[in-house]
Amino acid sequence: MPGSQPAVRRDVAGWLLIGWAAFLLLPWYKLESGFFAFDWLVRRGDGSPAAVLAFGAAPWLAPLVVPLLVATLLCARRHMRGVGVVAALGLVWLTAQGFAIIHSGWGYGWLASLSGAPGPKQPALGWGATAYCVALLMLVATELADRGYCKGDRFIVGSLLFVIAGMVLFVAYPLIAILLSAVQDNDGHFAPALFAAKVTNANIWSLRCLAGNGACGSAWNTVALAILVGVLCTALALPLALIALRTRVRAAWLLRSLSILPIITPPFVIGLALILLFGRAGIVTNFLSAHFDIPRSRWLYGMPGIAIAQVLAFTPIAFLVIAGVLQGVSPSVEEASSTLRASRWRTFRTVTWPLIRPGLASAFLIGFIESMADFANPLVLGGNFNVLSTDIFFAVVGAAHDQGRAAVLAIVLLAFTIAAFLAQRHWVGKRSFVTLSGKGDGGLPAPLPRGLRYGCYAVATPWLVLTIVVYVIILAGGFVQSIGRDNTPTLEYFLTAFSVEKGVNGWFLSGSAWPSLLTTIGLALVAMPLTAALGILTAWLLDRQRFRGRTLFEFLAMMSFAIPGTVVGISYILAFNVPPVQLTGTGLIIVISFVFRNMPVAIRAGLANLAQIDRSLDEASLTLRARSFATFRRAILPLLKPALVTAMIYSFVRAVTAVSAVIFLATGRFNLATVYIVGRADVGEYGIAIVYAAVMIVVMMAVLVGIQWLVGERRLGRRRAVADTGALPA
Amino acid sequence: MNDTPQAAANEPAVRFEAVTKRYGDVVAVDAVSFDIAPATLVTLLGPSGCGKTTTLRLVAGLEQASDGRILIGGADVTHLSAAERDVSMVFQSYALFPHMTVIENVSYGLRSMGIRKAQAAEQAAQKLALVGLAGYENRQPSELSGGQQQRVAVARAIVLEPKVLLFDEPLSNLDAKLRRRVREEIRELQQSLALTVVYVTHDQEEALAVSDRIIVMNAARIVQDGTPHALYNEPNSRFIADFMGDANVLDAVVGARHGDLADVQVGPLRTAIRHRGFAGTRAAIALRPHSLRLAEGRRPDMLGGTVRKRTYLGDHVEYHVTLDEPRAELFVSAPATAALIPEGAAVAVTFDPAEAILIGE
Ligand SMILES: Nc1ncnc2c1ncn2[C@@H]1O[C@H](COP(=O)(O)OP(=O)(O)O)[C@@H](O)[C@H]1O
Ligand SMILES: [Mg+2]
Repeated sequence: MPGSQPAVRRDVAGWLLIGWAAFLLLPWYKLESGFFAFDWLVRRGDGSPAAVLAFGAAPWLAPLVVPLLVATLLCARRHMRGVGVVAALGLVWLTAQGFAIIHSGWGYGWLASLSGAPGPKQPALGWGATAYCVALLMLVATELADRGYCKGDRFIVGSLLFVIAGMVLFVAYPLIAILLSAVQDNDGHFAPALFAAKVTNANIWSLRCLAGNGACGSAWNTVALAILVGVLCTALALPLALIALRTRVRAAWLLRSLSILPIITPPFVIGLALILLFGRAGIVTNFLSAHFDIPRSRWLYGMPGIAIAQVLAFTPIAFLVIAGVLQGVSPSVEEASSTLRASRWRTFRTVTWPLIRPGLASAFLIGFIESMADFANPLVLGGNFNVLSTDIFFAVVGAAHDQGRAAVLAIVLLAFTIAAFLAQRHWVGKRSFVTLSGKGDGGLPAPLPRGLRYGCYAVATPWLVLTIVVYVIILAGGFVQSIGRDNTPTLEYFLTAFSVEKGVNGWFLSGSAWPSLLTTIGLALVAMPLTAALGILTAWLLDRQRFRGRTLFEFLAMMSFAIPGTVVGISYILAFNVPPVQLTGTGLIIVISFVFRNMPVAIRAGLANLAQIDRSLDEASLTLRARSFATFRRAILPLLKPALVTAMIYSFVRAVTAVSAVIFLATGRFNLATVYIVGRADVGEYGIAIVYAAVMIVVMMAVLVGIQWLVGERRLGRRRAVADTGALPA
Repeated sequence: MNDTPQAAANEPAVRFEAVTKRYGDVVAVDAVSFDIAPATLVTLLGPSGCGKTTTLRLVAGLEQASDGRILIGGADVTHLSAAERDVSMVFQSYALFPHMTVIENVSYGLRSMGIRKAQAAEQAAQKLALVGLAGYENRQPSELSGGQQQRVAVARAIVLEPKVLLFDEPLSNLDAKLRRRVREEIRELQQSLALTVVYVTHDQEEALAVSDRIIVMNAARIVQDGTPHALYNEPNSRFIADFMGDANVLDAVVGARHGDLADVQVGPLRTAIRHRGFAGTRAAIALRPHSLRLAEGRRPDMLGGTVRKRTYLGDHVEYHVTLDEPRAELFVSAPATAALIPEGAAVAVTFDPAEAILIGE
């Protein structure tokens, strides 16, 4: 607009200031002693900022001053166009030099052959570089907003770029690292032939077991197992859901416990309990051998054991999906059918069944994905039965230490889970992850036909009994000498793991489980607010903003759900073990893996909550001079409290019980509870493993119930009432 | 037209210059231009889906125009966001913040502007009193009736004394009895505070009752723009005649003109009607249901037809008549004092030519 000179924009000036500080003051490279030791303040040397390094060891950092200079100049002239362009160029240069020059010289073979020399070296990026990146990214956001992207809203563009940058760095880049690692030989040369050989390797694809001579490839094993588990889970979950919602049992406790158990139970715990029951020295095995002369065998180790454990572990998840769909079937359509003289059976067959069929497909695919991604049950029960997720692990930790092979296996596994994820989205749509909303609906659901009802009971009861037995074993097993063989009560294992002793310096935690438990809870607590914040922010962007590339953004955000933990683990090792971004061995990388693994849960909680909040609330706030950030904070965030709480609980609990990704990332310094338990079980110390698992389940249960009780239902009630008054716009 | 920005008082409060809004292939608002004078209540009227809400949201800044310019108080706001425009809106669903009390809702805008809490609450309380809700400050919105919630929404919208106040179908969530009262209250408030109001409705009676001026839209365009009186009495198209007064529209041929009047042939009937400057020959005449008279029997030089249906409504009687020439269905509203005509009877249809309106094709 003509006339008055606009003031220097405060946000631009602020980001510029941070950019300059990052360039001039902060240590550019990653410090061995860690940033928060603050010895970089006194010992300049390796703690030098880029400005100093540019004149000596690292002249390639000098161009990084250009974006700052140009942007400052433009800003001083009140000329905002172009600030974002130079900032973007700065980011490109930073990335290029980061990959081109690494700790061992040239980052690319062709650079070395071009220059002929071994090339310069530089360590990984540190906090200075991080702050510099964030500042430049926000300058880019400012410019995009000024150009009218996202209706010119700086907060929205800024958060969008921030979330996207996070996902690119911590989801996409590691996956690319896997791909690169898979198509390269161990010296980093492009080797497509080798890749082809690896991908078609007999260890992965062999079908010999069908002919009866030898083992099948791990890919076929995995697929067969996943299909079996998916089918069984669905077949069990459907009767359970019908019992819970369509019979007089209508047990609230069934619903509730089934929705909580899979979250708080680390999956391998069920594998452990199965070993104690059916293993060579298990309770049932002993009983059968003593009374019926049935010989002991190792039948449990392999496909049968893994399948049983996974069915027990994942049926509740399938149940939640089907129950959600079944709840969405309004009883009034069933009533309508019965008033049209349809028998109960006909009503079920012609009305209820077609309506829940997509839910069954969804439940199957989720069981399929979970089974493929499961790592811990195959680890404890696998025997000679190889599946992809454990193969990946052993390719890295085993004697072979073949990262290329691990990468290839990861790609195969990822291809399967992504395909299943796409199929799930395609068939069932994005509303498939129905959360239990307890939608009140008039009318009585049609009672099940009698035959079907008894069928449901017949299928569900054995499963329920086995589940209860498993949990009893887990909770009690650690408090007897050797469950099944010697049932003398003992606190030995509990004390070994969790004793607190008084030493010369006062009380201290002497139990062997304490370090890993405290580390786990500490890291999970750090990840919790970050996951919730990032997830809710992403949900808000997805639900309330229209921008180009939104569908792609949503796909990426939800896709991390389909990346198996083992793949995440191996990809993080491949991507973050070397500069430019080197994080392995730190607690930070564990936190980051927690955040990006659990973000979809937070996003889903946020989306479900936002769907209940009328869009006109945002708009009312906007027309009352509140900009998008103020609108989000004052009008929407308070209404998102239920989602926020859900996201926090889930991200905490899932972080604590996670094992597949972090088993790659845990170190001596950052040992984690689940990794510790799997380790104990691996060497046969079942007592400690079980007692530790029991403590975790009880603690997690207390956390869940406690928070639910604290938050209460009142706030939810009011929100629902209001959502009802919000009429549809004409 | 006055394009120089010196005299703010003469500026239209809102000006649209060929504003277009597209959603993909759908054109929701198509090159719409209008001016809205300060301190007037202007209604956007039209059938559902014609683009009224979109137009209103373009004023508010909740949608960004695909083309054209929007000015508010003389300043170009085309690219400003909703938060940067001096415009407030009362939403169809009221959109009260459920986690805030009434007074917190009303002071929301003031707090966004950085005004301190105590002062904001004081100003908000004044506005609440203005809409007759003093004493309700600490209620939750869910504890109010629909009408009260609506007043809170109005108080919240006027608390910033915006240049323009927008209403999107404000009465649609109220029961029929309340509607009349609330619309009168809105009108009184607008006049006493000299507010500039843009009001959206699809109900022509409501529009006639509250407006200084009505802009009628159809299929994303403006079809006519004028005072309620002008629109009702001088419709410039069949659409307006039908939409504004349920008029019966009959094809007609225009003959010679003498002064204000023109000879018009409608079927067998020959009469003289005000031509309103219309110069062509093929035209139509609009006849309101209550300006038609029915008499049993047929007359060769008059419009004739058959009563198909009769509805007795106490104070008046409604007839559906199938006309012989020109073929048409007529809707007639006769005073209850007139003699009742049985269904199936042949009737002659007459009207006072002064009440007939000539419409160009
Ligand atoms: N967000 C949107 N996306 C696509 N089409 C829209 C959107 N909003 C409105 N429309 C379309 O624009 C047209 C005008 O809508 P609207 O302004 O709401 O009509 P009115 O308020 O007059 O009933 C309709 O055809 C509607 O379908
Ligand atoms: Mg509308």
